Amino acid sequence: MSTSEEVYAASALDPVETQRLVTENVADTSVFDQSIADRARAIIARYPQARSALLPMLHLVQSVEGYVSQAGITFCADQLDLTNAEVSAVATFYTMYKRRPCGEHLVSVCTNTLCAALGGDAIYAKLKDHLGVGHEETAGEPGTPGSITLEHAECLAACDLGPVLQVNYEYFDNQTPDGALDLVKSLQAGEKPQPTRGAPLTDFRQAELQLAGFFEGRDADLDGPSAAPETVRGAKIAAERGWTAPAMPDNAEFPPLPEKK
Amino acid sequence: MVDNLTPVLTKRWLSPRSWTLKTYEQLEGYTALRKALKAHPDQLIQQCKDSGLRGRGGAGFPTGMKWGFIPQGDGKPHYLVINADEGEPGTCKDIPLMMADPHSLIEGIIITSYAIRANFAAIYVRGEVLHVIRRLHAAVREAYEAGYLGKDILGSGFDLDVVVHAGAGAYICGEETALLDSLEGKRGQPRLKPPFPATAGLYASPTVVNNVETIASVPYIVNGGADWFRTMGRERSPGPKIFSLSGHVERPGQYEAPMGITLRELLDLAGGMKDGIPLKFWTPGGSSTPLFTADHLDVPLDFEGAAEAGSMLGTTALQIFNETVSVPWAVMKWTEFYKHESCGKCTPCREGTYWLVQILQRMVAGNGTASDIDTLLDVCDNILGRSFCALGDGAVSPITSGIKYFKHEFLALCDQNSQVLAGASA
Repeated sequence: MSTSEEVYAASALDPVETQRLVTENVADTSVFDQSIADRARAIIARYPQARSALLPMLHLVQSVEGYVSQAGITFCADQLDLTNAEVSAVATFYTMYKRRPCGEHLVSVCTNTLCAALGGDAIYAKLKDHLGVGHEETAGEPGTPGSITLEHAECLAACDLGPVLQVNYEYFDNQTPDGALDLVKSLQAGEKPQPTRGAPLTDFRQAELQLAGFFEGRDADLDGPSAAPETVRGAKIAAERGWTAPAMPDNAEFPPLPEKK
Repeated sequence: MVDNLTPVLTKRWLSPRSWTLKTYEQLEGYTALRKALKAHPDQLIQQCKDSGLRGRGGAGFPTGMKWGFIPQGDGKPHYLVINADEGEPGTCKDIPLMMADPHSLIEGIIITSYAIRANFAAIYVRGEVLHVIRRLHAAVREAYEAGYLGKDILGSGFDLDVVVHAGAGAYICGEETALLDSLEGKRGQPRLKPPFPATAGLYASPTVVNNVETIASVPYIVNGGADWFRTMGRERSPGPKIFSLSGHVERPGQYEAPMGITLRELLDLAGGMKDGIPLKFWTPGGSSTPLFTADHLDVPLDFEGAAEAGSMLGTTALQIFNETVSVPWAVMKWTEFYKHESCGKCTPCREGTYWLVQILQRMVAGNGTASDIDTLLDVCDNILGRSFCALGDGAVSPITSGIKYFKHEFLALCDQNSQVLAGASA
């Protein structure tokens, strides 16, 4: 866009600010190369209507840059024939889309009521103190090894295992403030402790790639532990005591076909 | 007499590598599908109605009736959407189910889709549960490879595609119309009803939205029949149900029992209160269901029993708190949650939850007055029944029930302050 002399003359702002406002700001989307575009097309192909691909595509964008940047928004808009405003409206609605670059790892501490009462608030306070950051802030240079983004999370649906936290959305159950501190320290030191339930840790970006639905070469992850003692408690008690559901009949029949009204 | 615990949905969880197709098939997996595909779809809908199965996502709507609302022969595509956006505070049943036994959900999806004549189904699972998402993806892939999904399933002529869709962190997407908007790639905000999803759901086509536990129950009903399902539970709330015990109990966890079991019985199985410290309050079905106290230990936990005692069954998420926990503090924490998760679409919920948090934080900090209690109740009155969706109704549950049973604790927080004010005005 060329800016005519009249625009500057008419502007109440200084020329630099005026130019910033009138210049079309095209985000550089080159970081999203052909392989990412191919993945975006693969996501679209999963759905009867293309726009349904937007949420997974924003996860894909985060797998590239560690957050949803302006370039990421433009990339999604281009893929789906939407405006930047439409994509922005969605990206800013959801908690998991981060608006600033995340660390190598994202540590999410449940501070909803039940976990908080069991120690979740104390865990969050301890990590906050150690990392010197607040909610959705990053200790260390984002993306570099050992950098950690901290957040307090709402209920993570693991209440029988509380207090819980997650690293890159893998569960660490029955945490204590000291245990959580050790965990974060080892993450900072480049170690990758095994989650209580979940696959061996990678990093935030690779987790986001999986959330977009891409799991190539990760079959071994499936065998990561899932059945905590709490999970199978009822089933175990029943097995020990010989309790079962009533036996099913040998050949239960369907009801007759209802008459058309 | 039926046993105290009746593992149906949770039974396979004890088996090695229970999430694989191999284990699932060894344990009767996909036998119900073979049987169902030989029946007429309307027989399946009728059987589900006869079984009395009610939605396990909180509201308890009769499942067969919901399926029956789908107009047939309308020429439009039909859709099945699974609500796996488990996020109601305290609720932790669908996540372990999908981790341990994803094929039971998928088999239920195929049978249900066949019944309602849907050829596309989506599992909308919250994004924060990566291990669940990878197990679901793998199970869907296995099901395709085995011919349980795709074209002409098991030679029946029925086609079905299933997609696993990861959400992105929004509690409101557990509300079915918000979930549909989210699945369409929009902000997850609830829609005005009517039209209901049965007539205008996903992509404005007839859609059934059901909870994970509901649909995972379907294969057992097909195999066992409606009468078998009704041997468990109570007349209007039949079947087994996963009760999730959390908090101050000796052995928290998942206990699958017939509907109508009581907290007293469940606590007995779970080893009682932790360290013997007495029970103070609990939620029968997540934080959106009004609190119960030690006076409610013998309330039968089914849809009618919980409602008659002044609460709701919800998601049978029993969050148990002992005497060491302050009710106003707990209520404040929950209210902060609702404020964070309010989608902002309607004014009573958006503004109301904001102000409720302000008042509760002030009270818990010791700066409240007794009149704050009246203000809280007044704001609640302006949210309840006046919000766009049930989030607003849920948000006021902890507050109104907390004040109903523990008003003295709220007053105690104001006591010192009241005296100061009295002195100042003298």
